[in-house]
Amino acid sequence: MTTTTGSSSATGATGAGRTRVEGRDKVTGAARYAGEIPFAGLAHGWLVLSTIARGRVTAVADEPVLAMPGVLAVLHHGNAPRVDADYVGMLGRPNPVVGLFQHDRVPFTGWPVALVVAETSEQAREAAEALVVGYEEEPHDVAFRAGRDDAYRPEDSPMVQADAGKGDVRAQLDGAAFVVDAQYTTPEEHHCTMEPHAATARWDDGRLDVIDSNQGSGWVAAEIAQLFSLDRDSVRVRSEHIGGAFGSKGLSAHQVAAVMATTVLGRPVRVVMTRRQMFSLVGYRSPTAQRVRIAADADGRLRAFDHEALNLTSTVHEFVETSAVLGRVLYDAEAHRTRHRVVRLDVPTPTWMRAPGEAPGSFAIESALDELAEKCGIDPIALRARNEPATGPVSGLPFSSRNVLACFEEGARRFGWADRDPRPGLRREGRWLLGTGTAAASYPSGVGRSTAAVTAEADGTFTVRINASDIGTGARTAMTLVAADALQVNPDLVRTRIGDSDLGHAMIAGGSTGTRSWGWAVRLAAADLRERLALGGGIPPEGITARSDTADAIDALPQQERHSFGAQFAEAAVDVTTGEVRVRRLLGIFAAGAIVNPLTARSQLTGGMTWGLSMALHEEAVRDAATGGHVNADLAGYHVASHADVPLVEADWVDDPVPGDPVGIKGVGEIGIVGVAAAIANAVWHATGVRHRELPIRPDRVLRAAGETPGA
Amino acid sequence: MREFGYQRAHDVAGAVALLGAAPDARLLGGGTNLVDLMKAGVERPGLLVDVRDLPLDEIRATADGGLRIGATVSNSDLAAHPAVRRHYPALTQALLAGASGQLRNMATVAGNLLQRTRCGYFADLAKPCNKRAPGTGCPAVTGDHRNHAILGASVHCVATHPSDMAVALAAFDAVVTYETADGPGELPLDAFYLPVGDTPHIETALPAGAVITGVTLPPVLAAAHSRYRKVRERASYAFAIGSVATALDVRDGVVRDVRLAFGAVASRPWRARAAERVLVGGPADADAFAAAADAELAAAEPLPGNRYKVTLTRNLVVTELARLAEEATR
Repeated sequence: MTTTTGSSSATGATGAGRTRVEGRDKVTGAARYAGEIPFAGLAHGWLVLSTIARGRVTAVADEPVLAMPGVLAVLHHGNAPRVDADYVGMLGRPNPVVGLFQHDRVPFTGWPVALVVAETSEQAREAAEALVVGYEEEPHDVAFRAGRDDAYRPEDSPMVQADAGKGDVRAQLDGAAFVVDAQYTTPEEHHCTMEPHAATARWDDGRLDVIDSNQGSGWVAAEIAQLFSLDRDSVRVRSEHIGGAFGSKGLSAHQVAAVMATTVLGRPVRVVMTRRQMFSLVGYRSPTAQRVRIAADADGRLRAFDHEALNLTSTVHEFVETSAVLGRVLYDAEAHRTRHRVVRLDVPTPTWMRAPGEAPGSFAIESALDELAEKCGIDPIALRARNEPATGPVSGLPFSSRNVLACFEEGARRFGWADRDPRPGLRREGRWLLGTGTAAASYPSGVGRSTAAVTAEADGTFTVRINASDIGTGARTAMTLVAADALQVNPDLVRTRIGDSDLGHAMIAGGSTGTRSWGWAVRLAAADLRERLALGGGIPPEGITARSDTADAIDALPQQERHSFGAQFAEAAVDVTTGEVRVRRLLGIFAAGAIVNPLTARSQLTGGMTWGLSMALHEEAVRDAATGGHVNADLAGYHVASHADVPLVEADWVDDPVPGDPVGIKGVGEIGIVGVAAAIANAVWHATGVRHRELPIRPDRVLRAAGETPGA
Repeated sequence: MREFGYQRAHDVAGAVALLGAAPDARLLGGGTNLVDLMKAGVERPGLLVDVRDLPLDEIRATADGGLRIGATVSNSDLAAHPAVRRHYPALTQALLAGASGQLRNMATVAGNLLQRTRCGYFADLAKPCNKRAPGTGCPAVTGDHRNHAILGASVHCVATHPSDMAVALAAFDAVVTYETADGPGELPLDAFYLPVGDTPHIETALPAGAVITGVTLPPVLAAAHSRYRKVRERASYAFAIGSVATALDVRDGVVRDVRLAFGAVASRPWRARAAERVLVGGPADADAFAAAADAELAAAEPLPGNRYKVTLTRNLVVTELARLAEEATR
C-alpha cells in the first residue's frame, strides 16, 4: 500500500494536485507509444547481438537468411551505411554502440552485429535467430571487484570532477577519537523501463522522421543528424508518450538501426528491443566498490571524510558513476577527500540511472554515518545536525537553500524517532526482529537552456509549445499548470504540446532538471504574452505568440550550491532463520523547492523510494564470468520489488523557498531514491546487530551473517 | 516466432493419438511455462495439442478416503477445493505460494508437475546447458548457482525443480496416472522424477507419448496437520530458494507419522525419508527435529554459492515441525 500525506492549498494552478491531462488517453489505450503507431508499408527490423564477449566477427551468413520468408535485408559491418560517430553531442561524446555495424570488433556480449529486416516482426525475429554469425573469440575479463590494479583516475570533464579534497586525511584519521573504515558494494542494476526501447524511422518528403521513445527528442534528433551527417533541420524526432526512461533513453542502437534500414529500403522501418536485448544495449548502473573512511572527535564532529568509489566501464567508452560527489554536498570535515576510479572491462557501457552517483554513493556514506553514530554513541540525526555545513564543504559556495535538518525534524516527528532505543537486536515480534534506520538525501538541482512559445489563440485558449519529454512523470501536466499560473487562466484553457524536436531547443528530461528548465522558459514566454495581451486589441486568427529562451537568464544565475534535500526513514523486519527482510514502513520528507503538482510529485517521490527499497533488497544483474553475459536478463530473474514487498510508503515535503531564485522549482525525479537503501540497511542493523555493506541484502547474506554473529 | 501447428483434443484417446502422430508435439495446458519457453526458443514444438478441453477437470473423493485430481484442474481450483483445504492444507498453501492469481487460474496440475527449471543458463540459448542441449556442459557448477541444487545433483546439472505444488504432493505419496496408446499406467511421484545422473534432459519416467490424466492422493491422516512454508528473494512473484512441506501426527508425545519434503534443493521435489525415519516413534521436540534435518542434509553437496540452503532448509524443518507440534498440543 502506498499512501501520501498532507495537501497543499489550492491558491493557483500549481500547488494543487492535478491528474495527468493525458491520463484518460493512457488508461484507455488511446495514447500510442513508439512501437505501436501504424504506418503504411512498415517493415520490421530485429537486432542480432554478439554471443561472445570479446573478439571479432569473421562472417555473417546472410545468404540463407535472405531466402527466408519476408526477409528484406540483412545489415552488418560488411554492408551497412557508413556513419560518423566521432562527434561531441549535448552530453559529450556518444556511446560507440551507436556507431552501428561500422567494424568487425566485438567489445562485449550483446554488441549488435546485424539487423534483419522483414515484412513482419515475427519473420524478422525468426530470421535473426537463424542468422549464423562467425566469430574469432579472444579472452575476456568481466570480473569487477575492489582493489583491481588496473583501475585508473578518469579525466575531469564538465560532467565529472574525478577528485576533490582539502586537508590531510591521514593526519586527521590518526588523531580522531572514532574512525569508521568500511567497504561497501552495490551490484549492476538496470533501468527496466516498462516500455521497451522502440523507434520507427522513415523518409518523408526529404526529411527524416523518427517516432521514438526518449528523454529528449531534440537531443536525439541532433545526435542522429551528427551521426548520419545530415542537416539538423532535416531530422524530426517525436516522442509523444514514454513508458519510463530513468536515464536509459537517449540515442541507442535501435534508432540508428531503423534509420539505416529505412535509408536502404526506402520504406518505414521499426526496431523494437526485447527485454533481454535491453539488458546489454541501453546502459545500466555500474556496480560499485566504495571505501569510506570517516573520523570524528569525541563529540561527533567530523575530522576526516574520505570516500573513494570504483565503477566499471566498457573498453570502448568511459562512464563514471559519480558515487563520491554526494559527500561534497552533505558533510564538511577538516580533511575532505572524494575520489572516483574506473576499471575497463569487456562489458557494455554503463550510463545514467535514476540518481546516478547519489544512489549508490548514499548507500555507502549514509551507512558509514550510521556506523559512526553507533561508535560515537550519538543519535544518527543529531550526528548529522552536528556536522551541518554552512557552505559547500568543497566549493565554499553558499547553498541556494538547504533544509535537510527541517526534513529530519519533520520526519522524526512523524516517524516517532524520539522513542527509538538505539541499541540493536532488542525488538522481536514473532519470528521477526524489528529495527529502524534513517539516512540523508541530496541531489543537484540543475538547469538547462530551454526555449518555449506560448500562443494566445483567437478562440480564447492558449497553446504552449515546449520540447519537454513526459517520461511518465507528468511533465505535460506540470507545464500546463505552470503556464496557467503564469497566464492567470484556468488550466483547462491551456493545451501543451511537447515531445517534438520541431518545437525548438529544450533541456532533456534527465538529472531532475526538466521541470525547472522547462517551467522557467514557459513562465518567461507566458509573462511576455500577458504583457502583450495587456496592451489590448483583438487577437488575429493566427493568434499572438510570445517566445522565450532561458540562455541569458541561466548565465546570470549566481554561483551557488543548488540541491534538493531529504531525510529517509525505514522500519525493517528480519527473520534471521530464513534470511527474509521485509520493509514495514518508509517515510521520506523532502525539501525540493516549490512543488508544481503535488499529486504527480508524490508519485515520483514514492516511486523513487520504492526503487530504493528494490535496490536495498532485490535488484542485481548477475554476470556469468565464462560467457560474459547475464544469467538473469529478464524480469523473472532480475528481481524488482513486487507489490507484496512495498509497504506503507509516505512522501511529503517541507517548505523550501529559494531566496532570489527566479524559478523556485528544484525537481523531484531523483531525490526519492537517494538514501533509501542506507536507511533500510541501517534498520536491518538496528534489528539484528549486523551491518550489511553489500547490496542487495539477500536472504543468503542475512543467513550467512547470522551464522557468523553469535546471538543474532 | 517459428510457425507451429495447433490442435485441440477433446478426449484422452484423441490427445494420445495426436501426440503419437507427431514426435515434435507438446501438450498445451495453461501454457504458463511452455509458451515462455517457446518465446525464448528453448522449446520448439511443431504441434501444440491443447488439452484444456479434456474431461479431466474434476476433483473427487476416492473410495479409500483419498482424492482423485484431474490433470487439467487449475491450480486455483485445486487450492480452493474444500477437501484439499481440510485434509491436505499444505497442498493449498503450496499452490497459493506459487506464481500469481492470474497464472494459477491458467496453470494445470499436470503442467505444474512438468514445468521446467528456471535456471538462467537453461533459458538462454546463447549459453551451454546439458538439460537444454545435452553434452554442452553445465556452466552453473562454476558460475551462478545461488539458487541451484544441494541434493541429488550431478556435475552434469545442478538445476532445481521450480514447483511448490509438487513438494506438497511428494510429502503425501501422490501417484501420477497417465494414458498411452498401449493403455493406462501410473507412477508414484518418487519414481515419476528421474535422478539427474548424466541425463539431465530426461526429467521424468513418463513413457513417450503419454498423457497425464491426473494425480491420486492416498488418505494421509497426518496431512490434516500439514503446512507449507516457502522462502524466496522477494515477498511474491519469485520461485523458492527454500521450502518445506511438513505434516505431523503426534500422539502421547510420540511421533506416529511425519511427512517432510523439501523444495528448491534438487532437480525434483525432495522427499526427506531419512529425516522421517529419525522422527517416527520418537519425541516431537526441537532436538529431534534438528537431528532429523541433519540426517537428511548429511547428503547435501552444496556448491560455494548455495551453502546457505543447507542452513535455510534445516531452519525451516525445525521451525515448521515445532509449529505443528505446538498446534497438536493445543
